[in-house]
Amino acid sequence: MLNTVLVIAVALVSLALLLTLWRLFRGPSLPDRILALDTLYVNAIALLVLFGLLQKQSVYFEAALLIAMLGFVGTVALAKYLTRGDIIE
Amino acid sequence: MNPATELLLSALILLGAVFTLIGSIGLARLRDFYTRLHGPTKASTLGVGSLLIASALYFSLTEPGISLHEVLVTLFLFITAPVSAHLLAKAALHLKLHSLARRPEQNNED
Repeated sequence: MLNTVLVIAVALVSLALLLTLWRLFRGPSLPDRILALDTLYVNAIALLVLFGLLQKQSVYFEAALLIAMLGFVGTVALAKYLTRGDIIE
Repeated sequence: MNPATELLLSALILLGAVFTLIGSIGLARLRDFYTRLHGPTKASTLGVGSLLIASALYFSLTEPGISLHEVLVTLFLFITAPVSAHLLAKAALHLKLHSLARRPEQNNED
């Protein structure tokens, strides 16, 4: 049962990634695109966790932690660039 | 693994995936930036948190010792999601993006 549910969950999260990608390409303004990138990395963490559960290996969480930290730094830098026109003042 | 645990894990995983999908649907379908901000920052964070709890339970039950990596990722995501949403909202206000809401009432002093 767990394997079936895992496959369904991978399909749902992949659909979520596709919707986010559509917003990334279409997004009328720059904050929309940054928000789409932010959602993209959160969804990538979800997909990575599901992949770790499917493979029954806990190695992938290091990668998930790295994505979480670097994604946050990237979002903050981009948002700060939009508000201030500069990242480090 | 006994059936009750498997059922709990399946429910958590399905709930997490559905909430992640709902967050992305909100991002794709809603009509202005300020409403679009709601989807990913609330629904997707809850969904990923649920998935990570399921994963922590699974690896704590199948492998010796308690698995704490997931808790670390969950904590980090739950702390950073509101901060990045706040910064993005500030950027959008700075750029004066189109909003569905009415403008606040102007003062009639001048």
